[in-house]
Amino acid sequence: MKSIVENFDLFAPKLVDKEEYYCSGHRACQGCGEALAIRLMAKALGKDTVVTNATGCMEVTATPYPTTAWKLPWVHVAFPNSAAVGAGVEAALKSLRRKGKIADRDVKVVSIGGDGGSFDIGFQAISGAMERGHNMIYIVYDNEAYMNTGIQRSGATPYGASTTTRPAGKQSVGNTTWKKNMAEIMVAHKVPYVATACHSYPFDFMDKVKKAKKVNGPAFIHCLAVCPTGWRCPSDACIKMGRLAVETGVFPLYEVENGKYKMTIEMPKKLRPIEDYLKPQGRFRHLTPDQIQIFKGMAMLEYNKVLERIKHSKSWSDMTS
Amino acid sequence: MSKRIGMEIAMAAAEAVALCRPDVIAAYPITPNTHIPEHLADIVADGDLDCEYIAVESEHSALSACTGASAAGARVFTATSSQGLLYMYEIVPVVPSMRLPVIMCLGNRAISGPINIWNDHSDYMCVRDLGWISMFASNGQETIDMCIQAFKIGEHADVMLPVLVNLDGFQLTHVVEAMMMPDQEEVDKFLPPRKPFAALHPDNVVSMGTLGLPDIYNEAKKANDEALINSKKVILEIWKEWETMFGRKYEPIMSYKANDADVLMLTMGSMGETAQVAIDELRKEGFKAGLLDLKLYRPFPADELKKAVKGCKNLIVIDRAVMSGGAAAPVCAEVKSVLYDEPDRPVITNDIIGLGGRDVRVEDFIKIFKKAAKAKPERAYEIYGVRG
Ligand SMILES: Cc1ncc(C[n+]2csc(CCOP(=O)(O)OP(=O)(O)O)c2C)c(N)n1
Repeated sequence: MKSIVENFDLFAPKLVDKEEYYCSGHRACQGCGEALAIRLMAKALGKDTVVTNATGCMEVTATPYPTTAWKLPWVHVAFPNSAAVGAGVEAALKSLRRKGKIADRDVKVVSIGGDGGSFDIGFQAISGAMERGHNMIYIVYDNEAYMNTGIQRSGATPYGASTTTRPAGKQSVGNTTWKKNMAEIMVAHKVPYVATACHSYPFDFMDKVKKAKKVNGPAFIHCLAVCPTGWRCPSDACIKMGRLAVETGVFPLYEVENGKYKMTIEMPKKLRPIEDYLKPQGRFRHLTPDQIQIFKGMAMLEYNKVLERIKHSKSWSDMTS
Repeated sequence: MSKRIGMEIAMAAAEAVALCRPDVIAAYPITPNTHIPEHLADIVADGDLDCEYIAVESEHSALSACTGASAAGARVFTATSSQGLLYMYEIVPVVPSMRLPVIMCLGNRAISGPINIWNDHSDYMCVRDLGWISMFASNGQETIDMCIQAFKIGEHADVMLPVLVNLDGFQLTHVVEAMMMPDQEEVDKFLPPRKPFAALHPDNVVSMGTLGLPDIYNEAKKANDEALINSKKVILEIWKEWETMFGRKYEPIMSYKANDADVLMLTMGSMGETAQVAIDELRKEGFKAGLLDLKLYRPFPADELKKAVKGCKNLIVIDRAVMSGGAAAPVCAEVKSVLYDEPDRPVITNDIIGLGGRDVRVEDFIKIFKKAAKAKPERAYEIYGVRG
């Protein structure tokens, strides 16, 4: 598979906004995938953006008072409500603009949260905001556990991962279930633009953010964000782990426009062995070959479901009569 | 010019809010406040109010959306009751800490369990210490007036705090009364457009709701507390202005036949009007009885209370909520703490009445009054009228 990342150095200076909207000096761990992804997101969005942030690593590391890493207007209220706060900001900007109380130009509201703040406790608020059709983007930065509070499992934790609330032990494989399929759930909400992404594919991610920004309505991006601290891998493995997640088929990168699925990073016929992804991560260290097979089965089910949808899904606009 | 109307109070509250031209409303249904957001939805649907109305999926999201909208500079309104308030509880203290004006009507209702949709003040008492300016209306007119005043008070540059307007569920929300409704011109004159101190917009970049580490948390709390305490000055000014414009007087503690009274009763909310009738009856019987009606619960009007009870021998505090396992019921505990340092404070008794919608009748006040005038009770408080 030919990856665009190899050419990043060549093209980056031309293609990427030089302006930093999420700046250095924040307190995220070394090699934090979430921080990198947010920096890329901010560049893709540009200045006319308001960000609402759920409680979590990205909130506590970016804004210990009186400092802030944000050069975009940014607000944090609580853990479960980033999408609801975003819905309120969106409604306010719409109302104030219509009444001539603020400048007459598009400002996009982008709500962000971790997997805990999105798959679990913030799920209802996201469902409500997306279903009501607010003109906003929701981006979940999924590091597959509650990292801010110390690596507890969430609805996004994959099978076999050892977390502090589903630890591996003599009688336990760690987490026993597969990740909730948020992209599919959002498609079921009739969200016109849904995508999966990863910071290890920066152009793909930024393109998706830009596409989401263009939608006049709700858009949702599920961004896998490697957490070296919680995944128990070296901090310089962040980019590599993201790429392995994709190349092994564990986290395929695709988008769904008006119900039509499309792979955005081409996948090889023969996927890379799943062990390449699992072995470098301490959270999977305990898995037996049998358990690795179970992991593989769960991952492949999701992967094949995506392939099926790519083959058979149609754009909603072709389905109304 | 104001117009005389006859209308259900919840609907009148909605019309008063609409006159304030809110930019964003977010609300979730729960009895007994629901007629307020429903009627506002009607007004928006008919094009009589230019406003974004978010029919949210929960109260948690209602207050979260209002917080976001207020942070973006909008004038915002929400309403709830009981379990709805408890469901949004997490966000309630965040709003004043961010110094965001959000106006909320609370149609007071008992909290579960057992589940009960009728009136008492137990919902409000769960949030009284979380930093919101809080008023209690005794009737429809006060509800209308306080709704309009609330926007001006909360958005004032020296205040910037959320405001709760309490109106008793059913006893007020569902009652039809004759009221004076100001017109648009009058409200526009009284209430200028909101000028936010900071707003979420790329033209003026800010970070809001940042992390407060131990080195700053104390200072943040003190600043917040002072902001609430200092808001009283503005509240009094705005009430004066209201009186000049509309001829209706507001004070943190309103009194009725209290000047020469030996025995005072203190109530909050719709009970006040029933208690007035009781006071009249007691006066007829020769008792020197009077009434204090607490309109402003936060900031607590301590100085006004000290002044109001000067010279009276007995003070009967009527509560409409239980402070389970506490030293007294909530209003009384506060009253006692305020009067502790007064050299000639009255004997204070405390009765809890009207829980979960139990009728509060004139004769109940009379009974409580006569009991208190006789002897000091054995217990710090009593739940009145509990069947054996
Ligand atoms: C209502 C509530 N429950 C729990 C918490 C504690 N808490 C804060 S952040 C967090 C975990 C965040 O995890 P996630 O959303 O996955 O984001 P991450 O930190 O991994 O980026 C938790 C449990 C809270 N702040 N509020």
